[in-house]
Amino acid sequence: MTTTLPKPTIVITGIGALTPLGIGASTLHERWAAGVCGIADGAGVCRDYEPKDFLSVKEARRLDRFSQLALVAAAEAIADAGWGDELPYDPMRIGCVIGTGIGGIETVEIQHDVMRDRGDKMVSPLGVPQYMPNAAAAAVSMRHRLQGQMYGVVSACSGGAHAIGSALRMLQYGDADAVVCGGAEATLTQFGFACFNAMQALSPTGISRPFDLRRDGFVMGEGAGVLVLEELSAAQARGARIVGELAGYGSTSDAHHLTAPQPSGKPAARAIELALNDAGVSAAEVSYVNAHGTSTQLNDAAETRAIKLALGDSAMKIPVSSTKSAIGHLLGAAGAVEAVATVRTLSTRVVAPTLGYEVPDPELDLDYVPGEARPLLSSNGHPPIALSNSFAFGGHNVALVLRGAPV
Amino acid sequence: MPAVTSEQVEARVIETLASFGPDQSSITREATFEELDIDSLDLVELAQVVEDEYGVVLKGEDMKELKTVGQSIDLIVARAE
Repeated sequence: MTTTLPKPTIVITGIGALTPLGIGASTLHERWAAGVCGIADGAGVCRDYEPKDFLSVKEARRLDRFSQLALVAAAEAIADAGWGDELPYDPMRIGCVIGTGIGGIETVEIQHDVMRDRGDKMVSPLGVPQYMPNAAAAAVSMRHRLQGQMYGVVSACSGGAHAIGSALRMLQYGDADAVVCGGAEATLTQFGFACFNAMQALSPTGISRPFDLRRDGFVMGEGAGVLVLEELSAAQARGARIVGELAGYGSTSDAHHLTAPQPSGKPAARAIELALNDAGVSAAEVSYVNAHGTSTQLNDAAETRAIKLALGDSAMKIPVSSTKSAIGHLLGAAGAVEAVATVRTLSTRVVAPTLGYEVPDPELDLDYVPGEARPLLSSNGHPPIALSNSFAFGGHNVALVLRGAPV
Repeated sequence: MPAVTSEQVEARVIETLASFGPDQSSITREATFEELDIDSLDLVELAQVVEDEYGVVLKGEDMKELKTVGQSIDLIVARAE
């Protein structure tokens, strides 16, 4: 094992989310905990989102939907952090890292139609700036004048979590005073569905029920989640309200198969162990696991094994629930949206259930929080600690350890 | 093809520019593209509309010289004749 060197403490001062459950980080967790499911007709659409409510005409027509969703979540997180028009730090020391799985697929489809129907010369000059996977990060940076390190992260369904991990390291290394980080995805297009359906990854019944015996694939959703991270003493110096701590990050790769997880769960377990080690916490101190829990046969089995390998005897005692039961799988946004949901879980001390979990799979024997929300129990009165997992096509494993703010 | 009038081109240019974001009332012949926050990407789109509609090809070097809405209208009309 590696030894843990002292690292700067990085806190979360703002969160934002735009999801199929509505607009806002609080809305996401409140509705999920109340048992509301944002999935309809086999997709998790951000139905409450109207571009004109949030974007100028110029922004709306220059941004693919995935970047638009990122802008909305980022604006919420930045306002939540109490940043006004004047940024609290040197703009050149504020980073921005936004992950995505796919990027601007709707733009690609539209411009490909234009090329086929009207010729090469009619393809829009906005095509590339709209579909490039770093467009969301660029849009957030431009809107808020963030001028530190800024880039997109691409690792399929781990993109959002990798972005948060990258932001953590940027801060701990001292390359930035604050980082706006998260993930965004908008792939609910005909081509998006056709491609994921061709892989037989999507649920033919259109039901997201992670860990249930009847699970038959994931339900695709869209949205964005964003967090504002700051170094603790700097955040305190400016009088920031601290909503949680990003305590640890760990990441590994399966090197096994393009889409299937390594069935033993060992590489994923190592990511969890690395994250716990990074945070300097033991498995027994973990009060909640926000699972990747996609509702596919393979993920939910491999993830269960990974959790058991990494958390040992504690695994059976820790509630494990999947946000995807309420909003579907937001691909590159999932890790960020789920980190936001986990922050709300830690703040409200309410564990939301795995919706639709009714028929246990005899192979999967963790406490998946069936039925209703329940209180989050923390060990010996300390701020509670949670784990948030993200795994992805390509074999990317990411675990984040989050600690609640002291009450 | 019948010759296009300056009024027709002006109406089409203003309509197109308005779809890019600026308030329609601010788009006068005297307004500069800079004032209207119309950048090079917008002008390429405008050129596509113009070519599609009037068969007038506006190249990058043509666009670089254009500072005001009126100049663009005059150039399109002159080329269309």
